Amino acid sequence: MNGVHDMGGQQGFGPVHVEQNEPLFHAGWERRAMAVTVAMGASGQWNIDLSRSARESLPPAVYLSSSYYEIWIRALEQLLLARGMVTQAELVNGQMTHPPVPVKQVLTRETVDAALKAGSPTARPIDPPALFQVGQEVRARNMHPPGHTRLPRYVRGHVGTIVRVHGGHVFPDGHTLRATPPFNVPVQWLYTVVFKGNTLWGEHSDPNVEVTVDAWESYLEAVT
Amino acid sequence: MASHSQEHDHDHDHDHSTLSEMDIRVRALETLLTQKGYIDPAAIDRIIETYETEVGPHNGAQVVAKAWVEPDFKAWLLKDATAAIASLGFTGRQGEHMVVVENTPELHNMVVCTLCSCYPWTVLGLPPVWYKSAAYRSRAVLEPRKVLADFGVSLPESTRIRVWDSTAEVRYLVLPRRPANTENLSQAELAKRVTRDAMIGTALA
Repeated sequence: MNGVHDMGGQQGFGPVHVEQNEPLFHAGWERRAMAVTVAMGASGQWNIDLSRSARESLPPAVYLSSSYYEIWIRALEQLLLARGMVTQAELVNGQMTHPPVPVKQVLTRETVDAALKAGSPTARPIDPPALFQVGQEVRARNMHPPGHTRLPRYVRGHVGTIVRVHGGHVFPDGHTLRATPPFNVPVQWLYTVVFKGNTLWGEHSDPNVEVTVDAWESYLEAVT
Repeated sequence: MASHSQEHDHDHDHDHSTLSEMDIRVRALETLLTQKGYIDPAAIDRIIETYETEVGPHNGAQVVAKAWVEPDFKAWLLKDATAAIASLGFTGRQGEHMVVVENTPELHNMVVCTLCSCYPWTVLGLPPVWYKSAAYRSRAVLEPRKVLADFGVSLPESTRIRVWDSTAEVRYLVLPRRPANTENLSQAELAKRVTRDAMIGTALA
């Protein structure tokens, strides 16, 4: 989706404001918001790409005017509502009036450490050989899918060079096609592609800049 | 996203008797999810404790200092960062697939996530507000040299800047150049010299 979240190259947001001696959280609720969101991931009712998709699908004005953890919470509420795990009235009142739905896992104090230490690797075996090799020129496709994608707009249509081949990884666009388990888990080769700054930003831009993106195979086409 | 400076007046955890809208909202949500049995508050406490006290940039600093001192470790780190970093015990969430990129006199590396705020949690902890800000996400790829100037970093025009946009589950850590006149420092002393921003690429060491 060509959403406001796709910020690379946008202008007008001003200088980067760096807070000295910044605390890890800026309010008590941010602490809880972070941890509740992380813990709910264990429910298995969505995957990381559906979670990102929910954040990107917030109304643009809400996204732009919300802090990071506020975006997390608003998206988490949407994920819960869409799966019938909570109702709007329950969210407003903070009181359960409908029974819960079965979930895959509930983290406990005893199981949290192992879950965080394990993470959720996305590398997967892949059978077909890689279409592209390191050093090869490729073009990022001019594509505008209405759903979730991880190909930023600013590289689309431009030619870059493969600098790394990462192996098979879960393909985000396809990982969001089914909203509930069992999820669709397509796997594609993942590459790192480097683009010259002048290619992306024009001849008057800084000649000594390069930008890389990580791109799945179907985001790319051979340059002939 | 609203920058922190705009929120500062009303979002801090001062001794206010009134709760912010988000405070009420998150409390209601946590209460509800606990009643439903979807979460265990003790697990929530443990997650917070982990990122407040255990996982943070001091992890990444250990990785960098070891690479500065031990050439074999550095070679391993640049070849297979996930395994090399795991050997120090740093694994897991938002660090499942690591790549380390090395700064040289000719090349400066800088990391961003323009699409959300992907960040190598296992070695740097939770990201600072500026990393998640619209200003950084939008400008890091367009005019990285000017963004570096916002951080007070000035590189020669001849130094190439490579910006790594974290668009997949690969997480990037910058290996900064070892500061001059540190030959006599121990690995532990060196680790204290490594800043979080240097490992993102918005500072030099």
